[in-house]
Amino acid sequence: MSDILKQIAEKLYDGEDDAVAELTQRALDEGLTPAEVLNGGLLAGMDRVGVDFRDGELFVPEVLIAARAMHAGMAILRPLLTESDVPSAGKVVIGTVEGDLHDIGKNLVGMMLEGGGFEIVDLGTDVPPDRFIEAIKMEHPNLIGMSALLTTTMPSMKRTIDALMEAGLRDTVRVMVGGAPVTQTFADEIGADGYAPDAASAVELARSLAGQINKSDG
Amino acid sequence: METILKGTKEVVRIAPDRPTVLIGERINPTGRKRLAAEFVAGNVEIVKDEALAQVAAGADVIDVNVGAAGVDQMALLPRAVEMVQEVVEVPLSIDTPDPAALAAALKVYQGKPLVNSVNGEEKNLSRVLPLVAEHGAAVIGLCMDDEGIPDDPHRRLEIALKIVERAEALGIPREDVLIDCLALTVGADSKAALVTLEAIRLVRAELGVNMTLGASNVSFGLPDREVLNRAFLAMAIWEGVNAPIVNAARVRQTVLAVDVLLGRDEFATRYIKHYRKRQNK
Repeated sequence: MSDILKQIAEKLYDGEDDAVAELTQRALDEGLTPAEVLNGGLLAGMDRVGVDFRDGELFVPEVLIAARAMHAGMAILRPLLTESDVPSAGKVVIGTVEGDLHDIGKNLVGMMLEGGGFEIVDLGTDVPPDRFIEAIKMEHPNLIGMSALLTTTMPSMKRTIDALMEAGLRDTVRVMVGGAPVTQTFADEIGADGYAPDAASAVELARSLAGQINKSDG
Repeated sequence: METILKGTKEVVRIAPDRPTVLIGERINPTGRKRLAAEFVAGNVEIVKDEALAQVAAGADVIDVNVGAAGVDQMALLPRAVEMVQEVVEVPLSIDTPDPAALAAALKVYQGKPLVNSVNGEEKNLSRVLPLVAEHGAAVIGLCMDDEGIPDDPHRRLEIALKIVERAEALGIPREDVLIDCLALTVGADSKAALVTLEAIRLVRAELGVNMTLGASNVSFGLPDREVLNRAFLAMAIWEGVNAPIVNAARVRQTVLAVDVLLGRDEFATRYIKHYRKRQNK
């Protein structure tokens, strides 16, 4: 990997947005393609952030400033990237379920997925089943990701999955769930396709679920 | 302004010049997967030990929350309340978002409980407050409504005012409403704690009511959470919180120290007693 890409990844990890923007521009000036800068620099850096956050070595504010640094680089790359350069890993509609206002975990997962090459549609918090359905119809995502941080709002996840079935949309998307009180057992019980215990694992899970879809779609 | 809560035998008084009252938060399956599993299996007996341990650690009121996915709160909450009241004499805080389960628990409660909680949403106000009035309970009012938790401390004050006015309209006196200005984590927003502290100051100045706070949220996502929690608790108590919801075993010492410093523990009697008790262990 070229030296400048390594530097981009490092500065991103350290949350230095100005440095990331400057290096991103310099990398392009030196003749690297936008896709090379994205994958070898920004996404490589964000991957490390995700792993170290999962392992308890980084803390929430550090992830937030790293994400800000990623956005500084993305602002430069985005106008230059074409579909063919960087095929999206997939589209994910995310939201915290009805009755629940916790958004930090959901936001982190959104940032990590974005860092993993996914396109994110964030519905925010307190999202009722209807709004997930509406978003699926409008956005045609590959996946939906639901978050719940309260034992009392976990049942909203099941209600959303049930609503997807009733609307005849269940087979069009893969459903992943997460949040402090959520477990694999609960995910299985309510008929979700996957559960991730943290934001970094959510990216791996999303990749594997998106892969299933691509296969089954032929 | 004095809020009075009653258990089977003990009476707890919450007032600005009195020592800080600790509401023990441990009977709550959120974040405690083992407890959640017990409740899902219908085992509520476990609440007895949890209640006794918290009273021993200095909790003045015990919060009872059995909410977990797969739990029939209607059946479990009243049973949990009865079991806790079998073993401790202190008042309880009945903690559920389900008005039907709340009604069932209020029916079996002995004394004057705290209801945790009502918020500024119309639907919520109209379901919860009549139950509070009917049973002569006290209630926690959360500074949030249909639009979530406002970033602006003045908006939190508006919601607090709305809750107090709606309570008074139903004959629930102002002293029976404890406002929770809500703590969000500084891990995601550097100004989050300041907003909460400002809201607490406004509520104290404008409404004069007693206040609770689930303070430990403030440190989510950061290392050494206990250090942040204790520092924040001291500030929140100074601004007007006098019945925080806490892990009593972890924060009692800090709160006793704060009470000494704020002149609420004459001759530092409680502080010294707690010291001696630990020395003799």
